[in-house]
Amino acid sequence: MIRLLYFASLRDRLGLATEEVAPDIDQLDVAKLRSWLSQRGGTWAEVFGTARGVLAAVNQELAGPGTQVRDGDEVGFFPPVTGG
Amino acid sequence: MHSSIQIQSEPLDPWSIQRELVSGQTGSGALVSFVGLMRDFNQGDAVLGMELEHYPGMTEKALERILEEAGRRWRLDGVRVVHRIGALHPGDPIVLVCVTSAHRGEAFAACEFVIDYLKTRAPFWKKELTPAGERWVEARESDARAERRWGSGSTEDEGLPATRRAGAEKGL
Repeated sequence: MIRLLYFASLRDRLGLATEEVAPDIDQLDVAKLRSWLSQRGGTWAEVFGTARGVLAAVNQELAGPGTQVRDGDEVGFFPPVTGG
Repeated sequence: MHSSIQIQSEPLDPWSIQRELVSGQTGSGALVSFVGLMRDFNQGDAVLGMELEHYPGMTEKALERILEEAGRRWRLDGVRVVHRIGALHPGDPIVLVCVTSAHRGEAFAACEFVIDYLKTRAPFWKKELTPAGERWVEARESDARAERRWGSGSTEDEGLPATRRAGAEKGL
């Protein structure tokens, strides 16, 4: 299982803060996970169908599209940060 | 270099934290601090209040990474970052970055570096309450530009979590 977390405006748009998923995909990485999520359609396709505006972290480290995602990992998705 | 990071929903008192940082540190000739305050306007609208959210766990890791990088770039005695979360009112301190060093040049540079990196790398999000309702604050291109001035560092490499994690495990 992979634990997904959604934050801030992304969580509001998706109406979901967290879920557990188990995509049946070889060599899963962030790009493949995004594409898998976008196949849910609707808002999911809007959010994850384009590369812009959504950042990802794997196990709480900023991740690129090619960062691998393994069973047991935590993946966070969020908009560009606005702290400070 | 001793460093500490604190995320809190309680009000933040910049003065007592600075006193604490310099207490007993008689080798430090410079203390430079930045305090970010909640403004009562943004993009032409009045802002009545703010709600700050973060990604628990990742926030601390991201900040540790930034402080480690500051420690590699400058000779510092101490660095402290305290960031608010939760409900804020106009005038409230949102963030405090304070740096001590033997000399002012390094303390000035490191303090600015830490806040610039925090703005683009630490997972915090602001939601503003305006007379028209709530809205999420959008990231600014000027913050991304401010970060880029500092050039690439070892924390720059997105998608290389293994090397980055190795640095984090050394602790602060």
